[in-house]
Amino acid sequence: MELANIEKLVGKYENAETTLQEEATLRAYFLSDNVAPHLQEYQMMFAYFQTSQDETYTKTIEFKTEKKRNYKWLSVAASIVLLFSVYMGGSLINGGDKTDPLSGMTPQEREQYAQVENALRILSSNLKKGNDAFNNLYTYENTVKKIFKTK
Amino acid sequence: MNQSDFLKVVLPFKDKVFRLAKRLLVSTEEAEDATQELFFKLWRNREKLADYKNVEAFAMTMTKNYCYDRLKSKQASNLTLVHSNYKEKDTSLDKKLEYRDSVDQVHRLIENLPEQQKLIIQLRDVEQYDFDEICKMLDMKPTAVRVALSRARKTIREELIKQHNYGVS
Repeated sequence: MELANIEKLVGKYENAETTLQEEATLRAYFLSDNVAPHLQEYQMMFAYFQTSQDETYTKTIEFKTEKKRNYKWLSVAASIVLLFSVYMGGSLINGGDKTDPLSGMTPQEREQYAQVENALRILSSNLKKGNDAFNNLYTYENTVKKIFKTK
Repeated sequence: MNQSDFLKVVLPFKDKVFRLAKRLLVSTEEAEDATQELFFKLWRNREKLADYKNVEAFAMTMTKNYCYDRLKSKQASNLTLVHSNYKEKDTSLDKKLEYRDSVDQVHRLIENLPEQQKLIIQLRDVEQYDFDEICKMLDMKPTAVRVALSRARKTIREELIKQHNYGVS
């Protein structure tokens, strides 16, 4: 390519009037070795454009699509668990009174059950007695404190 | 559209997106994050992609907007961008050495251009897009694009001449 021609193209290039083909011609000229000294700056520019074209994105593109969906299903699952537990809890409370533990037992077992019940009742009443005794002690101590005002 | 179809559409211009992001955001890490984020956005909207005639132009517009947003938030949080990661890759000969300083200079000069001119220089002189495509991507009139491009080119050249003659004359 003649220098005169190149200079004409350079003028157009400066005014941003060149087409892509003309710019390709310029690029080819400026990347070659024999560039006219007064056009050196263009050589630098085109060399830079050329090198920056080579830069690439090296990382792999990730797709994190699952995240959002998981949260949606998590809330659904939580609400189901909640409903289920409320339902089960209600049926336990209501059903607990209806079933009689004595039904479906042999007479022997029934007797044992009564004995155990009795024994537990005695134990509990004895414990209560002990508690009453303690209460008596407390009232005694309180009155003592009142009288002597010790602390 | 499944993942491999999507990649077929999107992969050809991933480097262009990355380079544009880097041009605006300066740091490589920022640009990588931006690229990842943008492709994720595209992936989420993959059903709509078929409606666009030119996915690449659409992606470039998205990149531009996203980078502007990033820059705005940077300014708001009062952070400055510092670059120290300019690397040259594979130029064929020892030309590389010879060019390195000057190439670096050009990089710095472009960095100092206004954002819009940076964008246009990147799209036209590096990526070699058509004027029509650039107009679409940036939503600008052709004359405005030409004026900005001409201004950018002239500024770079004048600055280079200035630096070149420094100390000589």
